Amino acid sequence: MHESTKRLSYPYIVWISIIIIIPMLLIFLYSLIDPSDGNPMAFRLTIDNYVKFFSPIYISTLARSLWIAVWSTLACLLLGYPLAWVIAQCHPKKQSSLLLLFIMPMWINMLLRTYAWISILGKNGILNNILEFFHLAPVDIMYTDFAIILGMVYNFLPFMVLPIHTAIAKVDKNLIDAARDLGANNRQVFSKVVFPLTLPGIITGVIMVFLPAVSTFVIPQLLGGGQFMMIGNLIEKQFLLTGNWYFGSALSMILMIFILLSIWLMKRFDSDGQAGGALPW
Amino acid sequence: MKKGLMMFVASIALLLSACSRDTREKLYVYNVGEYIDREVLNLFEEEFNCKVIYELYDSNETMYQKIKAGGTNYDVAFPSDYMVEKMIKDDLLIPLDYELIPNFQYIDEKYKHLPYDPENSYTVPYFWGTVGILYDQSVIKEPVDSWSVLWDDAYKGNVFMYDSQRDSLMVALKLLGYSMNTHDIEELEEAKQLLIDQRPLVYAYVTDQVIDNMISGNAALAVVYSGDATYIMDENENMNYVIPKEGSNIWVDSMVIPKTAQNVELAHEFINFMQRPDIALMNTEYVMYSTPNTETLKMVADQEWTQNDAYSPSEELLATLPMETFRDPGEFIKQYDDIWTQVLAAPNRR
Repeated sequence: MHESTKRLSYPYIVWISIIIIIPMLLIFLYSLIDPSDGNPMAFRLTIDNYVKFFSPIYISTLARSLWIAVWSTLACLLLGYPLAWVIAQCHPKKQSSLLLLFIMPMWINMLLRTYAWISILGKNGILNNILEFFHLAPVDIMYTDFAIILGMVYNFLPFMVLPIHTAIAKVDKNLIDAARDLGANNRQVFSKVVFPLTLPGIITGVIMVFLPAVSTFVIPQLLGGGQFMMIGNLIEKQFLLTGNWYFGSALSMILMIFILLSIWLMKRFDSDGQAGGALPW
Repeated sequence: MKKGLMMFVASIALLLSACSRDTREKLYVYNVGEYIDREVLNLFEEEFNCKVIYELYDSNETMYQKIKAGGTNYDVAFPSDYMVEKMIKDDLLIPLDYELIPNFQYIDEKYKHLPYDPENSYTVPYFWGTVGILYDQSVIKEPVDSWSVLWDDAYKGNVFMYDSQRDSLMVALKLLGYSMNTHDIEELEEAKQLLIDQRPLVYAYVTDQVIDNMISGNAALAVVYSGDATYIMDENENMNYVIPKEGSNIWVDSMVIPKTAQNVELAHEFINFMQRPDIALMNTEYVMYSTPNTETLKMVADQEWTQNDAYSPSEELLATLPMETFRDPGEFIKQYDDIWTQVLAAPNRR
């Protein structure tokens, strides 16, 4: 890289250090401080905060978060891939307006949109009123795992669709034609040509949905009725409610390790290491 | 390039000056959500030619963490009893100059010199109330008078609990006949087991969401704060409020000036303003919590929405029930935290 263009990245490096790297180091430091002292200046280093995590309640909380995040990601993928495909088949002009329509709800605050689901799913909510109108049995899904997953899919679907759409749009149509010429049927075209070529987009999408899904605390709070404590809620509680920043930091570090681990796992599927390249921005 | 930089600096300077054009004094007020008639703030701004910057928190604990962490400049905050005690202990409050708060005379003596501020040198009461059971009379035909109804299998999936560790543990501790300020780990363990047993019956653990949910009748039973109960009953006439016979929490929220205050004098004016009878009236009519202001109470005493045990429980009732006020448990709070985390993390499928 030319020296002068390299210099252009300095502001970015400074910025990243200030808002990401330094806070992360601070969190790491906090996670090693003995909470009983109460005075972080006179700190005694300890791994007690990490040891505390290894009790059944906290492990099951993390396990539940991972489980719900996996289901949400899977649902996003199953819904998002065909949707991205349909959009990619449209005329380019129509594509951009379709994508715009798809992103538009994200201009409204996420909290507000999630709140709206409360009045939709509630016992006497909009959904049950509609069901009643058609003389169908009411459903009781508010404040369940299902409601949480629904909220996550609703909020995070665009993160899945956009990178997959980008990947699909980049697939060279000639390759598909060539596959057909060589006698591949629809299924083979998909599994041998389209799917491998769009895999980087899928991986980016999966990572971008999984990350917020595993760490969110707002959605389980609002749609889960506080019944299903997830790791995000637990961390939030340590910082805002109990003021145990040390344990909260240790939990954050553990969550970070699990996230890095899952990214690493996902990257292994993507032998070309192109996942980042399919990001929509 | 130089020219560009100049332009940049100039535009920033212009922006900054635009921001600070409002030269009026500023007052930073930090309150819980939905706990004031916003019109009151406009009146205060007009009367004192100042700008009120009004920010919200969702729980005493959040407010405490934020003020304690520093970097804020709140002039007035609204902590509850036990939090006042904690903030005094941690030296986070400025003693008030009651000469500057003549309207303090209207505060009923019952709400002065309470255990969290025995000398009454830091607080002016804002609202008070109880915690009780709100129930739907169209669903529940039997008389409700005990916390035990929240453990009744007949109302499975029909119960809203309050998503706050002290309040939910209070319910269990009271039902067991213990103090809600217990420092006995055995008693807390018993309460924990009771709450875990209750999990399959609970529809959700919520805070403010309980209001909309109960107005639309989404559950038959809820643990609620008295002011929310008054509001809900005003909107849904099927609902009724009862303070259970095992006793409950009687609380007082106060106005205080944290050490972070930049404008102590104006903060005093604000606190005084808030207890001026006509202003206190606007607030109590809006949020429907019970006022400690004797003059204001006279004005609402014969209004229909105050005729219930939520807004105005009789003195005899409160005297006969084993009511308690939360105290700051100090370091023992960690035990409460752990117990409550265990309750919420307990596996359960509705």
